[in-house]
Parts: sequence; structure tokens; C-alpha cells
Amino acid sequence: MTAVLNIADLYCGYGETEILHGVSIHVDPGEVVVIIGPNGAGKSTAMKAVFGLSRVTRGAIRLDGEDITGLAPDKVVRRGVCYVPQTGNVFVNLSVEENLEMGGYVRTDDLRPRIDEMYTLFPPLKEKRRQPAGTLSGGQRQMVAMAKALMLEPKILLLDEPTAGLSPKFRGEIFRVVRDINTAGTPILMVEQNAKQALGVADRGYILVDGQNRLEDTGRGLLDNPDVAEMFLGGRASAA
Amino acid sequence: MMEFINFHLLPGIVLGSIYAIGAIGVSLTFGIMRFANFAHGATMTFGAYLTMTFVWWTGFHPLVVLPAAMVLTGLLAVGMDRAFYKPLRASHAVILVMASFGLMLMLRSLIQLVWGVQIETLIPGIQRPIVFFDALRISPRHIMIIGGAVLLMIGVHYLLAYTKTGKAMRAMSDSPDLARVTGIDTEAVIRATWFIGAGLAAAAGTFLAMDTHVETQMGFKILLPVFAAAILGGIGRPYGAMAGGLVIGIAEEISTYSWFGTGPLVPPGYKAGVAFAIMVAILIWRPSGLFRGRVF
Repeated sequence: MTAVLNIADLYCGYGETEILHGVSIHVDPGEVVVIIGPNGAGKSTAMKAVFGLSRVTRGAIRLDGEDITGLAPDKVVRRGVCYVPQTGNVFVNLSVEENLEMGGYVRTDDLRPRIDEMYTLFPPLKEKRRQPAGTLSGGQRQMVAMAKALMLEPKILLLDEPTAGLSPKFRGEIFRVVRDINTAGTPILMVEQNAKQALGVADRGYILVDGQNRLEDTGRGLLDNPDVAEMFLGGRASAA
Repeated sequence: MMEFINFHLLPGIVLGSIYAIGAIGVSLTFGIMRFANFAHGATMTFGAYLTMTFVWWTGFHPLVVLPAAMVLTGLLAVGMDRAFYKPLRASHAVILVMASFGLMLMLRSLIQLVWGVQIETLIPGIQRPIVFFDALRISPRHIMIIGGAVLLMIGVHYLLAYTKTGKAMRAMSDSPDLARVTGIDTEAVIRATWFIGAGLAAAAGTFLAMDTHVETQMGFKILLPVFAAAILGGIGRPYGAMAGGLVIGIAEEISTYSWFGTGPLVPPGYKAGVAFAIMVAILIWRPSGLFRGRVF
């Protein structure tokens, strides 16, 4: 089975600074994969590398077996990878519906059915569809950002810390939505700070430290790993 | 009272319409490419000369040939972008501003080379004003300028609110980075911005020429109030630019009314200073402008 996304032995960074020193991550069809790690470990950099937003010096990124290393962002989008940045991920002066239309920019067919599907997936957005996205709450903005990214029915969805800055109530909501999106058939690669909840919804997880792979296991396996608990989950293994 | 309306308010609305149409292009360029385009004035001049040339060739009214002048000026701007701005796309805004300054000089020299430096008139002769209700006097050319400006504003609104290109322009004005990772063809959006901004500049230049005359510095002379209008409205806010243009135009004209005593409040020779004063005041007290635009 070919991985949907395969990041192989990647060295990359910004300018002269190398941030990742040989990181390998893959996402198989149907999976939710989570990358966790301390600040500065290179989690977001790995994700940005897929989008040609950081400078790759070695290694390869493959989508369905095809090399997409260093491709310009709009080309990557056309290949079927959609990305939700951590901040500034909605067009604040555009209405919710216009955000979804922009999400479907590269499509040439009628966007209406897909927009309606998004309103079914994210019911709160339907009543706010004429409102500028900038006036929405943090959780709802995150929904707009995800719905916008899903407009292209991507082969894989990349989420950079989707719950950063959200209240616990909204965090649960976002993770539930992540699960729903995945159940509907879209593989997901996500970077997360809220490691415990994230691993709870993940099929597999990677732990990056100092720009290198430290651990790789199933979500359950990482949650039960005492070292991981020590490092990221508040000092004790979760009750199994 | 009628003196105020006929000689100050109406001319203010006419001038404001010209500024407004000119300011939309400045605001769009500023919002999407993030730099103040100094060549915009020369673009307006170029558009006016094209209109004049088409009038010479065809004998039609300026407003009839204006669409052709707008399209050609738009294409010129797209070409200039390809040749001069595109290689500098990743550069700092200051570099782009300097490049636009250079283009302004080149464009002005080109105009002088082709058409000469003498002053020309677009609509010859004196037109009798039309009188409404025995008191309201407005000349036909002023009605045409205001009418043309209103039509163009409606067009810009339609473009920005209902078309895919217009929405992508607003999206890119919001966040170029997000536009890129969303898959928006940012180069196509930039081309559209130049085309529309320069087309409108041609219209503003033509309106100005209809109101006054055609000369090689005409666009440069209104560049300051046009910038003031864009800043007053809020950078990157085309609707703000329309409102800002009207406010600046009306403010300039009514500042010369004899509000106190018998003489004008501001001598007509200094009325350009009014636009400057408004721009300075806005930058100090409300840099985001009336419509909450971008602050640099």
C-alpha cells in the first residue's frame, strides 16, 4: 500500500538555519496522524515543507508516490493537499461563504453542492454564512478554516495546531470534527500541543524532538508510554 | 445658498468623483501588492491622452471612446507589471515604490515624446449650463463626469462583491500568504488588479481632462489628493477610496467658500493644501482611515 503522504528523511529549514535533520513521517489512506513534540522541535516546519514554505535541502516528499518536493503552494493545492495554518487561516474580511468559495478557487465546477455539504458538516456556519469570518469566535473560525480547506475534497488535510488558543469545550468540538472529517474519508496529518486529546483521536503519532524523530507508535501506544506521559502528558500515564 | 451649491458643492462633487475613481486603483494596488504606486498619476495622464487621440481619430464623444482607452491603459499596466514589478515581487515595499517612481518618469517622458508638451482641450468651446428649478446650474460635462463615475463605482462594486476574480482580490488583500496556500493564482489576481486599477486611472484622467484640459502633468498634479483619498478611506478599502475621494474633493471646493466675511476661507490657490491637511490629520489621528484599512 502506498502512503498518501510520505515525508522521507527530510532536511529543511529557513534561510541558513536547518530545523529538521532527517525526519520521516508517513500517512496511510484513512489515517489520522498526529505530530507532537516540544516547542521548537520542528513540527510546523515539517508541515510547511510539504507546502514548499520552508527550504528543503535533502530528502523527499511524495504524494501517492509522486514527488512533490519543493513545488509551489498553489501547485501543491492543485495536487490535492490542503493546509490549515495555525494563525491567520481565514480571510477575515470575506464572509463565511466567500471563504468557502475561495477554498474552492481551483475548482471549475459548481461549488454549491460542496458548500452545502460543508454546512451539513459544520451546522453553525450555515446561519453565519453572510457574516465576515473575522467576526466569528475562535472555534467557529477554525471550522471555517477547515471547511475552506475541505472544499477541494483533498487527498489529505494538514492541520497546524487546530485547537491552539481554544477553550476546552471548543477543543473537544474540533477533535470531534477531525474524527468526522476522517470518517468521511479524508486522511489527516495534524500538529498538536494538546497531546493527550490529540493522541486520543489519532491512529498513529510521531514525537519529534530537536528536528528528529524520537518515537512513533499508535495513538493508544503513545498515550500509554510512560516516557511520553512524563514528557507531554502532565507527568503520569493516562488511565488505560 | 445657491451660490454655495453651484460654485462650491457641485464642483466639489465633480472633483470628488474624479479623485474617487483615481483612488480606487491606488487602494487596490496598495492592498494587494503592498506599495504606494507613484506611477498612478502618469497612468491617469496616459489614459487621458489615449482618449484624446481616439477622439481625434473618430470624432466621437470622449465617453464613447473611453472604454477603449481604459482597456489599452489596463493592458499597458499589465505589461509594465510583467517588465518592471514582477522581477521585484519578493522585494521590500520601498524598492517597489522607487520602481514606481521611475516608471512615473518614464511614462511622463513617453507621453511628452509622443504627444508633445502643449496643452490640449478634450471638449472645445464653452458649454451652457443646464438650469434646474431656475437656480441649480450644472454643465452637461459635469453631469457626464458624475454619471460616469457612478457607473464605474457600481461596476467596481459588482466586481468585488460578485465575481470570482473580485473576491480573490479581496482575499489577497486580506492575506497574500493564505491566498497562496489556498491555491489562489496570485499572479492572475495581480494582473487583474493592474488592469482594473489602470483602467480606472484612464477614466479618472479622462474625466479630469473633460473638466479642465489635457497636459502632461495633469495626473501628477492630482496624485496627492488621490493618495489622500485612498488614505482617508483606509488603505486596501476600495469603498473607502470612493468615499474618501468625494470627501476630499468636496472639502477642497467648499474650503474656498466665504464662510466668514466676504473673502474665501481658503484662497483658491491653496485649496490643494486642504487635501494635504486632511491626509496629515488622518495619518496622525486615525491611520487606519474611515473604513479600517491597513496600517503600515
